[in-house]
Amino acid sequence: MTVFIIRRLLQSIVVVFLMSLLVFVGVNVVGDPVDMLINPEADQAEIERVIRHFGLDKPLHIQYGHFLLNALNGDLGKSFIFGMPALKLILMRMPATLELAFSALILAVLIGIPLGVYAGLKSKAKVSRTIMAGSILGFSLPTFWVGLMMIMVFAVMLGWLPSTGRGETVLVAGIELSFLTLDGLSHLLMPALNLSLFKMSLVIRLARAGTREVVHQDYMKFARAKGLSESRLIFVHLMKNILIPVVTVLGLELGGLIAFSVVTETVFAWPGMGKLIIDSIHLLDRPVVVAYLMIIVLMFVIINLIVDVLYSILDPRVRLQDMKT
Amino acid sequence: MEVLQNEDGRTEKFSKPDPPLQRFLENFFESKVSTGAFAVLLLILILGLFAPLISPTDPYDLAQVDVMDSRLEPGSKSYTGMTYWLGTDGAGRDLLSAILYGLRTSLSVGVLSGLIALAIGGAFGLIAAYFGGKVETLIMRVVDIQLGFPAILVALVLVALLGKGVDKIIVALVVVQWAYYARTVRGSALVERRKEYIEAATCLALSHQRIVFRHLLPNCLPPLIVVGTLQTAHAISLEATLSFLGIGLPITEPSLGLLIANGFEYMLSQRYWISFFPGIALLITIVSINLVGDQLRDVLNPRLQK
Amino acid sequence: MPQPTLDVRNLQTHFFTRDGVAKAVEDVSFSLGSGEVLGLVGESGSGKTVTGFSILGLVDPPGEVVGGEILFKGRNLLKLSEEEMRNVRGNHLAMVFQDPMMTLNPVLRIDTQMIEAIQAHQKVGTDVARERARDALGKVGIASPDERLRAYPHQFSGGMRQRVAIAIALLNQPELIIADEPTTALDVTIQGQILHEVQRLCRETGTALIWITHDLAVVAGLAERICVMYAGRIVETGSVDEVLDRPLHPYSKGLIESVPSHNQRGRRLNQIPGMTPSLLSLPEGCAFRTRCPIADVECRRLPSLHEAETERRIFCHHPQRETA
Repeated sequence: MTVFIIRRLLQSIVVVFLMSLLVFVGVNVVGDPVDMLINPEADQAEIERVIRHFGLDKPLHIQYGHFLLNALNGDLGKSFIFGMPALKLILMRMPATLELAFSALILAVLIGIPLGVYAGLKSKAKVSRTIMAGSILGFSLPTFWVGLMMIMVFAVMLGWLPSTGRGETVLVAGIELSFLTLDGLSHLLMPALNLSLFKMSLVIRLARAGTREVVHQDYMKFARAKGLSESRLIFVHLMKNILIPVVTVLGLELGGLIAFSVVTETVFAWPGMGKLIIDSIHLLDRPVVVAYLMIIVLMFVIINLIVDVLYSILDPRVRLQDMKT
Repeated sequence: MEVLQNEDGRTEKFSKPDPPLQRFLENFFESKVSTGAFAVLLLILILGLFAPLISPTDPYDLAQVDVMDSRLEPGSKSYTGMTYWLGTDGAGRDLLSAILYGLRTSLSVGVLSGLIALAIGGAFGLIAAYFGGKVETLIMRVVDIQLGFPAILVALVLVALLGKGVDKIIVALVVVQWAYYARTVRGSALVERRKEYIEAATCLALSHQRIVFRHLLPNCLPPLIVVGTLQTAHAISLEATLSFLGIGLPITEPSLGLLIANGFEYMLSQRYWISFFPGIALLITIVSINLVGDQLRDVLNPRLQK
Repeated sequence: MPQPTLDVRNLQTHFFTRDGVAKAVEDVSFSLGSGEVLGLVGESGSGKTVTGFSILGLVDPPGEVVGGEILFKGRNLLKLSEEEMRNVRGNHLAMVFQDPMMTLNPVLRIDTQMIEAIQAHQKVGTDVARERARDALGKVGIASPDERLRAYPHQFSGGMRQRVAIAIALLNQPELIIADEPTTALDVTIQGQILHEVQRLCRETGTALIWITHDLAVVAGLAERICVMYAGRIVETGSVDEVLDRPLHPYSKGLIESVPSHNQRGRRLNQIPGMTPSLLSLPEGCAFRTRCPIADVECRRLPSLHEAETERRIFCHHPQRETA
């Protein structure tokens, strides 16, 4: 087990290293680093200061060393627009994104699992067919367009929900949270639902497939033969069996939600780091873009690592297989 | 009875278990839904291909666009008496024409990037499966790492680094997709490779090229077609998303995503159609491709065949 | 004569498939009293398992019990509501399944699966239920039951799992246990142990037992009476000794003669010609007639289950005729 974790850890470090190399090459070789890292409006003295700071006058491999060293120290450059360290800027926006992503994840589970289990139990019923048709739509619908349509219906036409922003927030341990106030919650609902739609379809499919497989197992019939109630059959015997794969997949999908929040945040003007990156790309605020890329890569590697390790704990067979190879 | 069995045995040994075209078509069109989806898809392809001939106006010919006609509701008439069936956008363009042109752009970017990704990914997959060993480990590690990141993120990174432009979007979409093709091809090529006829071909000292292209590749086709269809839908959706975010195609090549983005600002003033209709066009395109892809998967999957 | 524990009358269970109606159980009648052991014998697909599931009300769609009565201590189970039936299942009437590797839920601990079976029928605390579960495990010969209660099914061998399943069946002291080939999937040595264990437990508690099997040797040592099933119907019933020694139905005869035994060494085994017919296209009249060595024109007519001798019923037009 320890060997497994250490190996995965080493792999992750290699991935982060490779990605940093990729970003570095992208910034310094494909583009002009002076352009990328220096505010176009800077004067000559400022330009020279930055060139010295990043060592842009030195050979490439030394520059890369500098870049890495700076990155390790948390220095990923200063935002042209906000005039503050890019890293700090992103970390400030991160809670909003995480709140959105987790809300979407919870919605996907809370809505997706019951619908999927129902569709699996009564696969011939009309309602089930509707659910499955809905999940196909959920896979096909472009997220941003659904977001627009939601705004049009619920904000513009019906006027039920606000279309932009986070609303009133509460400060908890130095982090602003929307879901604790009614106003914040009303702002959160549409973006979270929009972001969760795709994952919800996935959960529905997984839950339905799992249910259909499990209900025909002998142990379900045996459980019925014991005289258990229908609710115990479904909520204990069935649920526990389908939850393991669903949870594993969802863990992996959390990263996807954070990445996809770029789209939802743009549509709903949700002030998270996804909206920040898009704005920064538009405004050519390159240090923020570079910092975002490094942070999101790091986040992904960590999520993948955690899920891998968790999965190997849940399923001993995976661990053994991996040890052999 | 015995004779029949012998013949059965012989045909099985010497011919590939590839279903004949006719049976494939029969199976495919068995379902009404997928037949309908196929018809719709065909219609969409024709509309996209012949957009310049079909559409009532050329939305990008400034001489034909009148700003006085901007933001007209669906069904309104222009000064010249022409009906704008789907209304006009903020610049006074006929939305129907804009959608047809946008469809053309979206489809060509999606299909082109798909084909290039298929060629590159397919080649890497075949190489991995055929040569095995360190080459395979290296290629598949890269594939695994890339597939660990969501497509939108990879595309975002690339667009942020490369900048805007049709060629750059295509590069980004190819990079996003190649790994799926590589994994698919390697998977089915590995299964084929273990079969005896490949061993026989190797014993006959056929060249690598011949074995790969005449024997391995044809057997990877069914899953490739399925993955290809579904990936194309995915690519079209991704391109639309990037264009909507304003980091995809330039304004000179407006795809459906950009049309939707353009309508965003007018939507808050209840002018829904500028975003709504391009979205419907996008939706129909993606759903019909997905339905066709799903049916292809069911029909081409040997495990599901009776 | 006291009221029998179970009295099945003219049971019919049909499966409504896309290709037609499969009459998996057709006109099946039998009864057994308290503490009695009945062997239900037949090839796979003869309807014996479906008979078991029909009694418990566990026939899944497209299957359906379409006729007959299942009187359990005088109550017709087919007339009970779902909730009443749930209370009978696992409480008065228990079942042990064929494949022990599949009958226990892999993600739930043994104690969970045992305690819930008790609490489904009696309002007892978890501590009391756990104690009873532990005692039940001890009774079926599982060492250190306290420790084993906290284990997951995959930590048990096949034989051990079947013991657990039997312990679960015994938990609420049911009046009847239906055992569906519980030893078929096990090693021969384990088979003997389980068989012995079940026999002892039923004798101790006075539980009636229906033992479903295709293995005549098992029935010979265990059951008092036997029902032979073929293509959904009972073709012969009687005491075990009489049916095994002197089968009257040509199918029973064929079945018994196809079992290898010591005194037949060197002789060719008799086998029943042909294959079990599909339930969707049974031959008209007697379903066995296409494989029967003594069939004639009369067999195109459906025979009736009639008393051939005392306590001996048979479903054949020519029960006495020599087969050779």
